[in-house]
Amino acid sequence: MVHTEVGLIAVVAVCLLTLAIGVFGVRVSRTTSDFYVASRSVGPVVNASAIGGEYLSAASFLGAAGLILSQGADALWYSVGWTAGYLVLLVLVAAPLRRSGAYTLSDFAELRLESRAARKVSSVIVVLIGVLYLLPQFQGAGLTLHTLVGAPGWAGSVLVAAVVLVIVVSGGMRSITVTQAFQYWLKLTALVLPLAVLLVHWRHAGGAGAPQLHVADWVEPMQGRYATYLVYSLMVATFLGTMGLPHVVARFYTNIDGRAARRTTIGVLGLLSVFYLLPTVYGVLGRIYSFRLVRSGHTDAVVLELPSDMLHGFGADLLTGLLGAGAFAAFLSTSSGLAVSVAGVLSQDVLRGRSDRVRDFRLATALVVGATLVLLVASTGVPVARAVELAFAVAASTFCPLLLLGIWWRGLTAPGAISGLVAGGTLSTAAVIAALAGYHAPGIAGPLLAQPAAWTAPVGFAVMVGVSLVTAGRRPPGVMRTMVRLHTPEHLDVDRGSFDPERPTARPAEPTAHRGAQRRPATM
Amino acid sequence: MAGVSNVVVAAAVVVLLALPVAALVWWARRHRGMGSEADRATLRSLHAANRAGRALREGLSQSSAERAVRSLRPLLTAPVVALSDGRTVLGWDGDGESHRAGESHSGDVLAAARASLDDGRARVDRVRCSDPRCRLRAVISVPLVVDGSRIGSLHAVDTAARAPLIKATHEVAVWISGQLELAEVDRRRSGVAEAELRALRAQISPHFIYNALTTIAAFVRTDPDQARELLLEFADFTRYSFRRHGEYTALADELQAIEQYLTLERARFGDRLRVTLRIAPDCLTVMVPYLSLQPVVENAVRHGLEPKSAPGHIVVEALSDGADVLISVEDDGVGEDPDRIQAALDGVAHADSIGLSNVDLRLRATFGERYGLVVETAPGEGTRVLMRVPRFAARAHAGEAPAH
Repeated sequence: MVHTEVGLIAVVAVCLLTLAIGVFGVRVSRTTSDFYVASRSVGPVVNASAIGGEYLSAASFLGAAGLILSQGADALWYSVGWTAGYLVLLVLVAAPLRRSGAYTLSDFAELRLESRAARKVSSVIVVLIGVLYLLPQFQGAGLTLHTLVGAPGWAGSVLVAAVVLVIVVSGGMRSITVTQAFQYWLKLTALVLPLAVLLVHWRHAGGAGAPQLHVADWVEPMQGRYATYLVYSLMVATFLGTMGLPHVVARFYTNIDGRAARRTTIGVLGLLSVFYLLPTVYGVLGRIYSFRLVRSGHTDAVVLELPSDMLHGFGADLLTGLLGAGAFAAFLSTSSGLAVSVAGVLSQDVLRGRSDRVRDFRLATALVVGATLVLLVASTGVPVARAVELAFAVAASTFCPLLLLGIWWRGLTAPGAISGLVAGGTLSTAAVIAALAGYHAPGIAGPLLAQPAAWTAPVGFAVMVGVSLVTAGRRPPGVMRTMVRLHTPEHLDVDRGSFDPERPTARPAEPTAHRGAQRRPATM
Repeated sequence: MAGVSNVVVAAAVVVLLALPVAALVWWARRHRGMGSEADRATLRSLHAANRAGRALREGLSQSSAERAVRSLRPLLTAPVVALSDGRTVLGWDGDGESHRAGESHSGDVLAAARASLDDGRARVDRVRCSDPRCRLRAVISVPLVVDGSRIGSLHAVDTAARAPLIKATHEVAVWISGQLELAEVDRRRSGVAEAELRALRAQISPHFIYNALTTIAAFVRTDPDQARELLLEFADFTRYSFRRHGEYTALADELQAIEQYLTLERARFGDRLRVTLRIAPDCLTVMVPYLSLQPVVENAVRHGLEPKSAPGHIVVEALSDGADVLISVEDDGVGEDPDRIQAALDGVAHADSIGLSNVDLRLRATFGERYGLVVETAPGEGTRVLMRVPRFAARAHAGEAPAH
């Protein structure tokens, strides 16, 4: 156990700073002289940093290194997948999604399918994914506080939950783009600085490896009975799940147009590629110096334990404190961003109209945070990165088919999308619940339940396509206009149509009474 | 650990089992105590009529007719019920649409529809069928009349033209005509709302142009260079305000128009006018009704700062608030009696303060009643105008994308 003071100070400082920024807000303030600058949107670099800052969660900061420590080469796919997801997003989704003008995935469903029911179903799934994604954040916070100061596991979770509640309920998180952009660089620094010190130390110590590095299971990919399936399923989940994360989609709204959205995505790819080199090195160093964690099963703590395992004295405490601060920054930024997105959807679509707007939003936040804490108590310590990947699996089985088919296939109908969302969502959620409950099915069912994406995502696609083909008569009347809007660059002057779900009667294409040639003299 | 996991799995199973049971109990409770058989029959008819009515309120189309006939058939208790517009059969419920290749009753129904649309009266046609199992012999057709013109017909096909069925078909047809008339009214009402929006938008530009031209006119003799600069700014602004396409624009574009407007105003005010913008970057892409913020700023300049001799300050702020963006325009000018502002928003004040009520009307018409302007003011206390805009409103994105 390290000296607790440094760690405690670091965590408290990060929490207070985040609270202060969240409650008082950092607003971009400009005077008349640079009016022109103020009326410009933030550039792709800031936006990409903001996405990176919000996206890099406990799973990336702690979990990825922990999995590399315990599983070796196969766990590299977590980092690769979390980055490559943006490649799929870039090529197939980013620009059309921005052009749709959707702020949430529910908005997209409503716009493309012209159906209130599809909106409702999407909102439920957004909340589901949000809670599943919040779960490992809270879990990681508990683990971090335990490692830093020896606090009981629930303390850190409750601390993060409380800070998030205060920030969101106080109406904060207003100018989050700049704050979140700062978070990326904070997280990167918090990982890079200690790593540099540790690498220098390793070189000085002779740069030696360790026997546990040369275990075939660890160093060679695809070892084990169902490894091939597990790796491919992981790839499906992470490659396709990224586009279905509520907080990522909300960030794309900040881009001024589709082109900027693509550029932002390229920026995110670059930033994430740099970041994800670090957990790998931590994992390898951990294999050399912190192998005891593999035996005790607490591999998620490797990033935090490594400094005290390699160095001694105040220097190690300082590095641990810095890493702890970075980890807390990761939990807080991801959790508050997610809580805002999910509570927004929940209050708008599910609680709508119960009371006034502000109270709805606060109630929604409390519900989301509370549900996550309950789920945390019920779950059985799945590794942080695994738990995040389960949220990706649900996203890949629901919103990935919705977005890809919705953007690229005009045949998608509301009944098709809803049945696909329900089928993919139910199957993947069932598998996730089994995994979270620590249930290990015998035989082939084991890996199928542990990494469900490889079969639930195709089921989601198949059901959407199948039901859409059967209900081909119920294509949204404005689908061609919507397609024009999604795929035409903004500077082209074309009719992007008009659609209003509140007034389904306003459809000029379907006259209620025939005029002109069909008009008959009234004789009755 | 294993003990805990078993408990959790058991709990999940219990929850999953309990849900359908709870749903059954709820359903049973809702349907208990519905009275005698006659009462229930009445309720069933009303329910069917309600469902059919909902479909018909969308107007007479293939999809609405298909949904409507499904509820109309139990209402009429005929083996086949169909709706037609005289050219095709739009909706058909029941057997006999086609027995086998080349043999169908929809042709018979269509012929009956044409005949009844031509003479404008209910009629009964005999049909023949070579399929020995088919016992349908009579088509009852009643025209549907909206605004005095016959736009379609309702058909019941049965084994015989029973008098009660003819009477019921007639009653239902009259009721359907009523629903379709309501649909037509709905359609016209939304057309009127759109025309009103366009008219309101047209109102805003001339108002500003008049003010800008008088400002420039003041400089033409004393400072021709300045006047020329201002005319060029004015030209830029009019290009924005005369744009043909789109009712909506990104907040960033609207701010740019405000900058051009303020350049014109600052020419008159000189150092007396200071403006601060606090805009969260993620709010710049929100779509606002075109020229909705500029009249508010103009109002702050004209009615807040102009009557005041000391320098004035305007603060424009935009913040995210959940799924909405909150925009506020605050000035430290002379303020106004809240009752007069209320009168202006109600549209009973003089034409000079047309800006605020116009913006208020357009916001309400676009986003709904909850999105009206909020004005906080008192004499001598300055004015703060709050505007709430949803980040995503399907209508707001139908128009032009940001012009960048």
